[in-house]
Amino acid sequence: MSKESSTREIWLVFWILLIVTAVEVILGIIKPASLTENYIIGVSLLNMTFIILTIVKAYYIVYAFMHLGSERKNLKLSILLPVWILIPYLLFILLTESTFQEFMLHG
Amino acid sequence: MKKKEIQNTDIWAGGGKPMEASYGKLMMWFFLITDALTFSAFLGAYGYHRFVHFEEWPIADHVFTHFPFISGHYPLFYVALMTFILIVSSVTMVLAVHAGKYMNKRGVVIWLFLTIIGGATFLGSQAWEWYHFIKGTKYGAVLVPSGQHGQPRVAHYVNTDAHKDDNYKKEKFGPYSDPYSKESLYKFHKVKMENEPFNYKYLNGDVVPVDLLKEGRVIRGAPLTGDDAFQYNEYGHTTFSNFFYFITGFHGFHVFTGVIINIIIFINVLNNVYQRRGHYEMVEKVGLYWHFVDLVWVFVFTFFYLV
Repeated sequence: MSKESSTREIWLVFWILLIVTAVEVILGIIKPASLTENYIIGVSLLNMTFIILTIVKAYYIVYAFMHLGSERKNLKLSILLPVWILIPYLLFILLTESTFQEFMLHG
Repeated sequence: MKKKEIQNTDIWAGGGKPMEASYGKLMMWFFLITDALTFSAFLGAYGYHRFVHFEEWPIADHVFTHFPFISGHYPLFYVALMTFILIVSSVTMVLAVHAGKYMNKRGVVIWLFLTIIGGATFLGSQAWEWYHFIKGTKYGAVLVPSGQHGQPRVAHYVNTDAHKDDNYKKEKFGPYSDPYSKESLYKFHKVKMENEPFNYKYLNGDVVPVDLLKEGRVIRGAPLTGDDAFQYNEYGHTTFSNFFYFITGFHGFHVFTGVIINIIIFINVLNNVYQRRGHYEMVEKVGLYWHFVDLVWVFVFTFFYLV
C-alpha cells in the first residue's frame, strides 16, 4: 500500500468514527419514540442501534488503527477467537449466575 | 507490508516467525486481550447491577448535563467532546506509527506530540467531569429513611419510566425546567413512591409525602470522603456512582499510563533511539495500547452514557 493511500485510509476511518459518534449523540439526545418504544429480545431498538454502532466503531479501530486487518490470518485468529469466545462466555456466566441476587433483593 | 511466503507444512517447525510479528508486539496483543476481558467483566457487572436496581438507576442524561462556560441542561455534549478528543488522539497516534514505518522522524515527533496533548486533554476533561459529579447539583436530593428493606434511599432520582409520565414531561418542558428544583423533587417523589407505604397529603393540588424534608436530609453529589462516601449519592442507587468511579477511573488510569508511556517513547524518539535501531516498532506497540484505550472508551461511552 502506498504512503498516500494509507494516509487517506486513516483519515477516512477518522471521518467514519466521527460520523458514527455524531449519529449516536444525536439519537441519544432526541431519543426517537419509534426506537425507544419497540423492543427486540428485551432491548429497545435505540439501545440495539447503539450497541451495533459501537461494534462498527470497534471494528474500524481494531482493523484500521491497530492494523489487525493487515496481519497474518493466524495472528488475527489467535487474537480474535479468545475475545469472541471468552467475552460472551464471561458475560453469560456473570449475568445468568448472578441473578440469584435479584431473587434475594426482590423475592 | 510485504508478507513472506511460508509453507504451511513447516510453519510451526521453529526458527521462523509463524505470525510474522515480533515477540513484543504479540505480547502486547495478548496483554490487550486480558485487559479486554477485565473491562468486559466490569461492564458486565455494571449492566447486571443496573438491571437489578433498575428502578433506582439514574439516566445518565440527567446526571452528566454540564458543559464548561455554559449553564443549563446539555446532556451528552461534554462526553461527546471527550470521545472526539480521544478519537482524534487515536488518529494522530496511527499517523505517528505510519510516519515511523517510513523512518520519518519529524513526522513521528509531530504526531506523537499531538497524541500526548490529546491524552492530557482527555484526562483534564475527565477531572472536570469528576469534579462536577462529586460536587453535585444546586439542590441536591433528599435522602429518605424508609426505602426498600429499611434502607435509606434517594428520593428524587429519575425513574427510568418517568419519561413516559405526564408529570415528568411537564417538568422537562414546563415551568420547572430545572429537574433538580424543589418543586420537581416532590413530583419525582410522587411519581416514584405512589405505591409505597408513605403518608401523603395534598399540597397545591399535588400529592406529596408528609415530612419529606423533616425525615430525610439533603445530599449533594457523590461524595468521596465522609460518612456518605460510597454509601449515598444524590443521583440514585449507590452502585451507580461506585461503578462510575471505578470504570471511568480504571479507564482514566489506562489513559494516564498511556500518556506516560507515550512521553517516554517521545523522549526516545527525540534522542534518535529508534533511528539508530533502524525501526520504529516501539511506537507501533505503544500505539496498540493507545488504540485499545480508545476502544475501551467507545464501549464505556455506549454503556455508561448512551444506553
